[in-house]
Amino acid sequence: MVNHTLNVGRISEGFVLDHIQAGKSMEIYKYLHLDKLDCCVAIIKNAKSSKMGKKDILKIECPIDIINLDILGFIDHNITVNIIQDEEVVEKKRLTLPKKIKNVIRCKNPRCITSIEQGLDQIFVLTDEKNETYRCKYCEEKYS
Amino acid sequence: MRHLMSPLDFSVEELDKLLNLAQDIEANPAKYTHACDGKKLATLFYEPSTRTRLSHEAAMLNLGGSVMGFSSADSSSAAKGESVSDTIRTVSCYADICAMRHPKEGAPMVACQHSSIPVINAGDGGHQHPTQTLTDLLTILNVKGRMNNMTIGLCGDLKFGRTVHSLIHALVRYEGIRFLLISPEELRLPDYIRNDVLKKNNIPYEEVVRLEDAMPKLDILYMTRVQKERFFNEEDYVRMKDFYILDKQKMKLAPKDMYVLHPLPRVNEISVEVDDDPRAAYFKQVQYGVYVRMALILTLLDIHVD
Repeated sequence: MVNHTLNVGRISEGFVLDHIQAGKSMEIYKYLHLDKLDCCVAIIKNAKSSKMGKKDILKIECPIDIINLDILGFIDHNITVNIIQDEEVVEKKRLTLPKKIKNVIRCKNPRCITSIEQGLDQIFVLTDEKNETYRCKYCEEKYS
Repeated sequence: MRHLMSPLDFSVEELDKLLNLAQDIEANPAKYTHACDGKKLATLFYEPSTRTRLSHEAAMLNLGGSVMGFSSADSSSAAKGESVSDTIRTVSCYADICAMRHPKEGAPMVACQHSSIPVINAGDGGHQHPTQTLTDLLTILNVKGRMNNMTIGLCGDLKFGRTVHSLIHALVRYEGIRFLLISPEELRLPDYIRNDVLKKNNIPYEEVVRLEDAMPKLDILYMTRVQKERFFNEEDYVRMKDFYILDKQKMKLAPKDMYVLHPLPRVNEISVEVDDDPRAAYFKQVQYGVYVRMALILTLLDIHVD
């Protein structure tokens, strides 16, 4: 009998990012710079979810201190972050909006100094938590 | 070390102190003629300006200091591709304080991150123009004798007009301020100022298109020029540039104690026939601009005159 179940093995240390909006996993892969890490990453797209219908999951096997997860709060604060050690979930991290985002998104204002100044960090600041508004530190243009 | 990036860099109390110092300079100019002996101001102007650059330079010269700088990007190392951060590091070795105007928004902020001397934002694109705001505030204080309980009409290019944006930021901190925002649909105040500044601070405001409708309700009318350099499209500029023209007829609709301010230069938006009206305060404003920049230079350099 052929087994049609898709299995991804357990990880001993790292992260399981669950409840990612379906189709967003590659975006998160990019934001977390996972392509630059020499570690095992499993990307599960469109997994069945009783809560969401379908969802994406990312499993990252790596030391837990080498990835900065703050950016996840900006991308989607509904993501569940499970921190794994010794193959067990040791913490479920609650995501909040980061106060500052550095070199993740770019200012789209063509009049902004970030469009011409070499070596300048792209910095966005949370100016309105309720409406999840981020503005460029330099020109104050809203990120949309 | 302090810089001036936005009018909000000063608290209301600090602002009051600065405006009082400017008033003292106006009343006792001789007292300040050597306050900045041996000090140098660098004016780093990456785009054309007459008033703002000369006003900063006049302010420093009046204080006994000296000035250096450039008045267009073409005559600076920017033409060779030098970054703002490198330029300011260099200028920090020559001068004690600098005023920077740049067409790119946030450029003075970049400068102050790398500077070892105080940086004054002398206008960055359509973003902020805090020294104009200080000038406007001193003018309002001098002509009206108060900073609170007023209806301020802002007329013209409210979208790209940085002087308007900075003035709104500064005025909402005073009690009883109301705004009448007078502009064509295409040049309305940006959302980020309407929502984050006016609505957030519960400041009453009304948006109107016709200047005539606003005139009887105003204590101050702040006229602005539709700036050609802010448009990507020549057609849009031509369509907007003569939308408002303040003339004698419209001035008749205004209260006797309503004053007209304008950051200058004007093009057609204020007819020259208004210049003789005692309520035309825009040339006094230019003079107040020098006093307030003198006060600013003294404050940023932490120089006290007894």
